[in-house]
Amino acid sequence: MAAQEVQPNETLASLKTESETLKTKLEEERAKLHDVELHQVAEKVEALGQFVMKTRRTLKGHGNKVLCMDWCKDKRRIVSSSQDGKVIVWDAFTTNKEHAVTMPCTWVMACAYAPSGCAVACGGLDNKCSVYPLSLDKNENLAAKKKSVAMHTNYLSACSFTNSDMQILTSSGDGTCALWDVESGQLLQSFHGHAADVLCLDLAPSETGNTFVSGGCDKKANVWDMRSGQCVQSFETHESDINSVRYYPSGDAFASGSDDATCRLYDLRADREVAIYSKESIIFGASSVDFSLSGRLLFGGYNDYTINVWDVLKGTRVSILFGHENRVSTLRVSPDGTAFCSGSWDHTLRIWA
Amino acid sequence: MSSKLQSSNNIAQARRTVQQLKLEANIERIKVSKASADLMNYCGEHAKYDPLLMGIPASENPFKDKKPCTIL
Repeated sequence: MAAQEVQPNETLASLKTESETLKTKLEEERAKLHDVELHQVAEKVEALGQFVMKTRRTLKGHGNKVLCMDWCKDKRRIVSSSQDGKVIVWDAFTTNKEHAVTMPCTWVMACAYAPSGCAVACGGLDNKCSVYPLSLDKNENLAAKKKSVAMHTNYLSACSFTNSDMQILTSSGDGTCALWDVESGQLLQSFHGHAADVLCLDLAPSETGNTFVSGGCDKKANVWDMRSGQCVQSFETHESDINSVRYYPSGDAFASGSDDATCRLYDLRADREVAIYSKESIIFGASSVDFSLSGRLLFGGYNDYTINVWDVLKGTRVSILFGHENRVSTLRVSPDGTAFCSGSWDHTLRIWA
Repeated sequence: MSSKLQSSNNIAQARRTVQQLKLEANIERIKVSKASADLMNYCGEHAKYDPLLMGIPASENPFKDKKPCTIL
């Protein structure tokens, strides 16, 4: 970028002062509208009853920590990726493995199912995101048809197809997110603004338009306009890395899970944090969060091996689920909301309902 | 990197931060009370379609094993 003419009144110091003034103004504007707490408004909502959720299926087959998983739109297939370099496609109803790919790297931290169900994307320490078309022929070597799509300068932390199989959104340890054309591998847009590794991302529900949210090691959650590359909103209330972000089903809010042992809810139209899901007894980081279909429940997978289920409106915990024998690293609710899947460092995935 | 280039890069960075903050400070916001009411309404309207919230019988959930029936 060419050095621009420095205006006489625009020294580094004066810009920093202006920065601070604007930050204060931002907080004041947000505070003006903070007339009530969400859980207070939710006092009139009926309390939730007892939940009985159990492990209904256990998917065994990975040789090391499960790092990521995603559901297929058909509500029964799942793709998962592991530290051992393997990416497996499962039929969650039968627990059968349908496909397996060995990546050229270990720590495959990200994987995603294509909307068509015909391909999966994955990547990790190879700094890339690759797309594998899924063949109906079980004997076919999937690795042969692999297409390298994204190239970052550090590890790939998350990836997601957009509304079609044609574009992929990625986040990376290099501090950026990027949007890629799958066919050509071309970079369509890059998103700069995080000051450290970006660990997670989630696309807004399609009805709400072209935005996505990302979370990073800079403790910030940023909301981005996909077309312009602009960061449109930024939230910095977590006290440590943000490991997971997920949109509320209406698209008006998103939840985050962090190493500070809390999950939080941010409302986009109020432009502020509106709930914290925490307990003194929960001291380990939340690695992964997702909402039930109506948005009333928030499921959080934690580094203390448990899954906590939160009442999103009242801010209380409604259930705690035991079963995994090591950190829960990834968690997603199925597309029709009938179950959710958790993946863990104990090498397994569990389906809960 | 020459110190002149570095300092103009720092200024460019600071200028970008100021621009970004101006953008963020000027967005339209609604009150938390209104935002909360909308979140609650959404939950309320969609609750009956939420299987994990409502609990659906084993016969309708492909993951729940159906209990064997005994014919008496």
